[in-house]
Order: sequence, then C-alpha cells, then structure tokens
Amino acid sequence: MHKALVMIPEKCTDCSQCEMMCSYELTGAFNAPKSRIKIFSFDEPDRNVPFTCTQCEEAWCMRACPVEAITVDESTGAKVVSEERCVGCKVCTIACPFGTINYDFDRGKVTKCDLCGGEPACAKVCPQDAILYMNVDATGNQRMRDSAELLE
Amino acid sequence: MSWTQKVLRVNLSTGSCESEPLNMEWAHQYLGQRGLATKYLVEETDPKVDPLSPDNKMIFATGPLTGTAAPTSGRWSVVCKGPLTGAIAASNSGGFFGAEMKNAGWDMIIFEGASDKPVYLSVKNDQAELKDASALWGKTVWQTEKELIDSSGDKDSKVASIGPAGENGSMFAAIVNDLDRAAGRSGVGAVMGSKNLKAVIVRGTVGVSVKDPMAFMQACTASNKILAENAVTGEGLPTYGTQVLMNVINGIGSLPTRNAQDVEFEGAENISGEAMHEERESDGKANLVSNHACFGCPISCARRSKMDPNNPLIAGKEQYQVTSGGLEYEAAWSLGAGTGVDDLEALTYCNFLCNDYGMDPISLGSTIAAAMELYETGAITDADTGGVELKFGSTDALVKMVEAMGKNEGFGKEIAKGSKRLCEKYGKPELSMSVKGQEFPAYDPRGIQGMGLTYATSNRGGCHLRSYTVSSEVLGIPEKTDPLTTDGKAALVKAFQDVTAAVDSSGTCIFTTFALSMDDIAPEIAAACEGDWSVDNLMEVGERIWNMERLYNIEAGFTAADDTLPQRLLKDAAKSGAAKGLTSGLDKMLPEYYELRGWGTDGVPSSETQQRLGL
Repeated sequence: MHKALVMIPEKCTDCSQCEMMCSYELTGAFNAPKSRIKIFSFDEPDRNVPFTCTQCEEAWCMRACPVEAITVDESTGAKVVSEERCVGCKVCTIACPFGTINYDFDRGKVTKCDLCGGEPACAKVCPQDAILYMNVDATGNQRMRDSAELLE
Repeated sequence: MSWTQKVLRVNLSTGSCESEPLNMEWAHQYLGQRGLATKYLVEETDPKVDPLSPDNKMIFATGPLTGTAAPTSGRWSVVCKGPLTGAIAASNSGGFFGAEMKNAGWDMIIFEGASDKPVYLSVKNDQAELKDASALWGKTVWQTEKELIDSSGDKDSKVASIGPAGENGSMFAAIVNDLDRAAGRSGVGAVMGSKNLKAVIVRGTVGVSVKDPMAFMQACTASNKILAENAVTGEGLPTYGTQVLMNVINGIGSLPTRNAQDVEFEGAENISGEAMHEERESDGKANLVSNHACFGCPISCARRSKMDPNNPLIAGKEQYQVTSGGLEYEAAWSLGAGTGVDDLEALTYCNFLCNDYGMDPISLGSTIAAAMELYETGAITDADTGGVELKFGSTDALVKMVEAMGKNEGFGKEIAKGSKRLCEKYGKPELSMSVKGQEFPAYDPRGIQGMGLTYATSNRGGCHLRSYTVSSEVLGIPEKTDPLTTDGKAALVKAFQDVTAAVDSSGTCIFTTFALSMDDIAPEIAAACEGDWSVDNLMEVGERIWNMERLYNIEAGFTAADDTLPQRLLKDAAKSGAAKGLTSGLDKMLPEYYELRGWGTDGVPSSETQQRLGL
C-alpha cells in the first residue's frame, strides 16, 4: 500500500527544518524558499501549517501536462516531474487547485513533492512529529482517536 | 561553502552599498558572527569612538552555520560599540531575519557613517539599496515591519528595525526582528537610530551550501537526537520556555527582587511558566497560546501569548489584543520580581510594549526598579515622576513608566538613560544594579556565586549570556557544582566564556549547550566549513575572541577596577533562602580568574597570552 504525508498543524512550531531538508533534496543547498513543502504561519488564530502536494489519485497537474512530463511513481504513488521532459509551460501550475506545483525560475522547470522516492526528508527531520508518513488509508485514524477521546 | 564569503558594506553618509569579499584569514581565526564581526570592528574603528557618532560602525553578522540545517541555525548578531556601557556590544538574536540575510548571500552587513535623513536598507539577494524612511520614522516596530513587508509585495521578506526608543537614543534601545525577537542589549538600537537607519528588509533565495553534506547531515541528525532526548532542551524548555526557571531560581533564593534588596519573590509563582499555562479567572483562557521556534530550532522555547482582550490595560488598543511574543524568563523577572509586581497580564503587556517600542526589558525593568528604590528612599519625589507613586509592587507605576519611556514622555526620558545614569543623577549611584553600566539579569550572585564572576568579567557588562554557569551550579550541566561556593568557579567561568564565544560565532544558539558538548558541535562546524575545526581549535578560537573583546574594552578605557559588582551584592548579605548570610565572593574568584586567563593582576592580557592567541 502507498503511504501519504500527513500534516498536524497543532504540533508545528514553524522551525523550517522540513523546508531546509526539502530544498536540500532538490538543490543540494539549504534554501527554504525553494522547498516544495512550505509552512504558513497565521496569527489569529495562532497556527503554523505545513503544506505540500497530497498526490491526488486523479492528478490535475498530470492531466494538464501537454508533454507527459508528470508520471506516477508506482512504488510510492507520487506524481513525479521529469526534468528532461518538462518544457516549463506552467500549465500544471494553473491546473493544480492547491498551488503545490510551482515553477522554479532558476531551473526553468516546475517542481513538486515527489515523496523523496519513499523516504520523505521533511517527515524524517521534523522534530515535533508534525509531519507523518503513513499508510494512505490510515491518515485520519489519529485525529479520529483524538476526537473520540473528547467524548464523555 | 557555509560562509557566503561576501560582505555588504553600506555607507550611510554617502548612500553607497558595495559588495566585498569576506576576509577568509580572519574567518579561520574568528569563525563568524560575534567573533568575526568584532574582529572587523576592532580593525576598522577606534575603541574610544563616541558610540552614537557616525564614526562608530554597526555590523549585522551571521555565522557559518546560520541558515543551514544545523539545529538552531537562526542566530545572528549586532556588533558595535555600545552606548549603554561604552564597551564592545555583541547583541545576539534569533527569529528568521539572520537566516534570510544569509540566504540572500551575505555573511555580514557593515553599516558606517550616518544618513542625514531617515532611510531603510532593502536587500534582495545581491541587490541592495537605501530607501527613504521618512514615512516610517516615529512608527513602532510592529507598524514598521508590517508596512515594509506589505509594500515589498513579498510576504516572506524579513525585517529588523528600531522603534521610537532607538530613534530617541535610549541607552538600552533594542533592534527587533520578526516582531518579537531582539538584539536587545547594550543599546544597539540607539546606534542604529544615531545612523538614521530605521530598518533593514531582506529577502534571500540564493541558498547556503556546506563543505561535506553527508557528514554534515550525520552530525546534525546526531545533535537533533541528543537535543530531543535531553531533559532541558527536549522537555523543560519546550514545555515552559525559559520561564521554566522562575520557580527554580526563586526556590533556591537567587531571584533578585525589588532591585536586589531581596533574593526571593513571594509573587514568583504568579508570573512563572507554570502560571502562563493556567486558565485566567477573567476569561478562562491561558496566557500561553503556543510554542514557537526560531529558524531551524527543534527546541522551540519561544512563547506566543495573548492577553484577555478585555483587560483594561489594552482597552481600545487593538494592536495589543493579539497573539504575540510572550514573556521570557528575563523579562518576567526584570519587569516582575525586580519591581515587585506579580501581575502576569500586566507583565505581558509591558513585554509587548518592549517589542513594539524596541526596548530591552532587562535594562528597562531593572532601571524602573532602581527608580522605585530612589522614590522610596526619597531621592526622587512626585515632582520628578510627574505624580506617579513609584512604589515597589505597584502595577500602575510599572505600566506608566514603561509607557512613558516608549513615548519618550516625562520621567520616561530619565528611565531611558538606564539605571547607572539615573542613579548618578540623583546622587545614589549604588542603587544601580549594573556592571560596566549594563543592568545584570535574573540570577543573584549571592546565591549563584559563579554568576558574580560572570557579571564582573563580562565583556559587554552585566549579562548572563557570556558564561551561563547557572547551567552547572543549578541545573547540573555538564556537572553539578555547589552554587554557594566560590571554589572552582574561576575555571568554570573561563570555560563557559570560551565555549560560548565559539558557539555564538558559529551562528547557532547557546541553548544547545544544555545538551550538546563541543564534541557534538565541532563535527557540525567541521563538516560545514573549510579548515581545522577540532574541539581544541574551537576552544582556542573562543579564547581568542574573549581576549580580543577584552583588549578592545581596555583600549576603550576600562580597567580591572571595572570588573566589579554593585556594592549591594558585595556588602549586603542575602536575607533569606539557601544563600542567607552570604555575599558575593568576587574577591576570592577574580585573582584566580586573571591568572587562569593569563592576564596580569591589572587584568590586562599578558604579551605571552596575546602572542599565543595571535592577537
């Protein structure tokens, strides 16, 4: 079974370690702005939210790509951009309803989360366990358990 | 690699912004940040310079690990001659600004001269320019940061700025970045204000690389694991922040209270980290909203707090009815125990004002405490205070003084000068709880003897962050020593000073050393940077930095006579607690310390010591 990244905003402290490791995987340097996972901080209510591609089963980016540069990695279920095929047309960035595939000016290509081939660096480094990598059919279990616990 | 090897030199007199290569020979001798920036200052300025004149320089400095995946890599420093002390000032801050500056490709920004009108510096990667800040002058930090980021069109930009305190030349004005992190001490904000520099906004997307990525990742992973498993960095600091200390330090009778007249504060529990978790009577909510991390930090000791919006103190003040940087231990102590005020919500409000107006809460609270003692002893009266009854324990008096200083009104103008100048003016210099003009922090040296030597020999005046022997004497890290004895403290202080100078200069946070030893940190630096970064070499770098700072101060006019403490700590015994009957045994520690340092009895590094360290 494939796994999925699960974000737990209540645990995130906005430390950027996920962004640094993601950018390192992509560029070989620590460069949070190039990260494919991004933490958004909000003041009212106070909350830090890590956000990245959820690997849609029917991926809009993949369908939109005119040169079939986005394919499925069968081992992980990740939708992966081929740097060789991508022509930088950016149609996928318009198609994605969540904004999680983006154009990188320096590379002239789009970039998105590829689950690091099955060992996502963001989940591995997160010191708060705010990013988990778990079976796709179990992503809601913990939250259900937490909610159930609130019932008298 | 790890260093960007680029320095941005900004001449505020001429308006030029030029890039120059980092002096790599110096980088190998002084590492980065605090050490390397001080080396630049030493080489480029006269130690006798008037700190608020255009001839003083101000350096924003990152370290080689700043902006990397090293744990706590968000640190940066402001280095200049400090107006509060007349000594070297190296004021360290966290947040995100430093990492952003590094990611824009700069190890340092050197500011020289002074602008004839208000300006701010805009940095986008290698593009840097000074812009008109007339419309921002007079505005608070929070207003300035919001307006600059909004007008930049890039929400990810980071800002460091001064508030009205820095503009008005308060001797302990801070430079605040990311709304609630600050290069707080020694008046670096006044130096920025004297240069008519309101703010720096920076956006960086260049990236920071390291020499040996695989070895670096291994070292960082190992360090992260140790930090997570350590009781202080993995549990105490995450749960209660630095405020974990309030009840601990009060419990051992070392909480300087009411201008250090007492060593225990009966209201400590009410203003502690534990209290921040408790539900308020007024609205059933806790003061603490969440924990927050600086860039790259797994500890997340920063607090986010929100007052009861219906608290009369913030009635009609929407800007303070928000979630923002909450109380740190030092601020809670100085504004609270120092003044005898145990109202957590009022202290939170005063802390918000410190961030918004750009004031150092340690010096502010301690100066108000000194003013309260001046008032209670009759040295100042209602005629001086504008009718404010400046009594210990008065929330009203505390709030009015903090507001008055922020707005530069009435007696607030006197408070803004710091306790030394204030107490001298009213003929009671002994009531200033300061060393070299800088107010000492939240540890009473009568009950934690090592801190007496720490304060007396700190190169930037009264300060806990130059050698935090509390770690050993109270927390037992790396090993427990008896806080009540002076034995062995000279060596302890020296070791802490050298380690701290090296860690500061790496661009990481000194809080890591609750869990990490140099054996853990050296591999991070060695994997990131070219050169020899063994533990031995790093200790020597730390010692070199310490002696360089010392020599700067000597040339600035300081002597061994300045390595002292307020008379109260030397003459008046602690009234209660574990240290009851004790004074600071500074006289026993200082000669041994000089000897261990390789200094003469006059406190001057000997020529052999200077030679050995390549000074």
